[in-house]
Amino acid sequence: MPSLGADMEYGTVIEWLVGPGDVVRHGDIVAVVHTEKADIDVEVFENGTVGEILVPVGQEVEVGTPLATILGPKAASETGPIQAPAVEPTPPTGAVPAPTSLPHPTARTKAESQPTQEPARLSARPRITPRARRLAATRGVDLSQLAAADRVVTGDHVDHQAESRPATVTDQQTAMRHAIAVAMSRANREIPHYHLLHHTPLTHALAWLERRNAMTSVQERVLPAALFCRAVVVAVQRVPGVNGFWVDDAFRPSDSVHLGCAIALRDGGLIAPAILDADHLDLGALMRALRDLTGRVRSGRLRGREMTDATITVTNLGENAVEVVHGVIYPPQVALVGFGGIVERPWVDDGAFAARKVVAVSLAGDHRASDGRLGARFLGEIDRLLRNPEEL
Amino acid sequence: MNNDDLGALIRKVFSDLAPEIDIDSVDPNAPLQATLDLDSMDFLNAMIAIHDATGVDVPESDYGQVTTLETIERYVSARIASA
Repeated sequence: MPSLGADMEYGTVIEWLVGPGDVVRHGDIVAVVHTEKADIDVEVFENGTVGEILVPVGQEVEVGTPLATILGPKAASETGPIQAPAVEPTPPTGAVPAPTSLPHPTARTKAESQPTQEPARLSARPRITPRARRLAATRGVDLSQLAAADRVVTGDHVDHQAESRPATVTDQQTAMRHAIAVAMSRANREIPHYHLLHHTPLTHALAWLERRNAMTSVQERVLPAALFCRAVVVAVQRVPGVNGFWVDDAFRPSDSVHLGCAIALRDGGLIAPAILDADHLDLGALMRALRDLTGRVRSGRLRGREMTDATITVTNLGENAVEVVHGVIYPPQVALVGFGGIVERPWVDDGAFAARKVVAVSLAGDHRASDGRLGARFLGEIDRLLRNPEEL
Repeated sequence: MNNDDLGALIRKVFSDLAPEIDIDSVDPNAPLQATLDLDSMDFLNAMIAIHDATGVDVPESDYGQVTTLETIERYVSARIASA
């Protein structure tokens, strides 16, 4: 069970997309895992053939539990578990290697004591349809209760059970709050934050964006949010000390920029998945990636790496009539950039007042990894880029 | 596309963006972004969906004319008629 974020402790496989004997390649999606925050596609990081599925659909297991074995492409004896890159994101040079040990034959799981989940009692196992397992996993229904009677458990049974529990509707929101509480409490406990704030005039950038959008089709239109993201990505490349992870009492800078984007969910809570390799995307491509990510957060699925690999995060509360964000860093990252609302303010240029559109850009920095001087250089770079959007 | 179809299409587009709200209970003259709690990404996605279904591309400079279910329908309908 890969760790799909610093706040994840358990996960439930809700679908296996491969079975024993299937050939898998690096990057293939092999399973879908349900967490407190979302349903996430799990990738495999090796080439080979699936040996054994160790965790069945519907079973909640702790992070780190092997989910399946993979037989190496050449030697059938060469086996390794399907695993996450690591419990916490680590840079390629990290001292913590991805686990490669053989799977433990009896993974300790919360469901282990349930007779319906006990692998040793296969013959006594009640029949449970795949849809029932999936529904049970997503709706939090205990299959052992339903399976007590000697019958085939179907999705309808699970639905009925879920609807008879009054608390079910709020279960997912409760889980979301729990996940946020875990990550943010850790951030406040472990990270000595410093906060910087800088006001940047946007009148020129917005006019530039308006002209650009007037010449493109609606699908290619770029929102100010994407311009902000692009400015952060370019600034990160010039001031790399804010991009990476704090792991094992040391700052480990990242060579890539995986841009975390805090995205609010309609029914409460938020997720901050990453636009992977954002430094390889120009403004138009970054906008498309942001649209795609927002769409998948709200309706579809995220990939495991998107949940674990963010190297710096952007939060944009500008549309909520908030002028300034004082952010909390997502561990193990070391910085969070906040954009407030775009507001019209009196501004002094060359000794004269003028009305200007202005945005407050804030930085929450991890004082273990950097100091205010570096943070100020970073915000200064964002300011310079937003005043010269042609460079973006 | 007649006006009933167009109205239904527009309501479907916004209903998909704000599934927890009963779109038929929304006042056709109420400001949509505030009523449905839509951000600029949601609104852009609505404009893209309307473009995909009707071929009408609402430029940003006309966003001020498409703020309610009623005004969006009127705007798109006029653009289809003049095409």
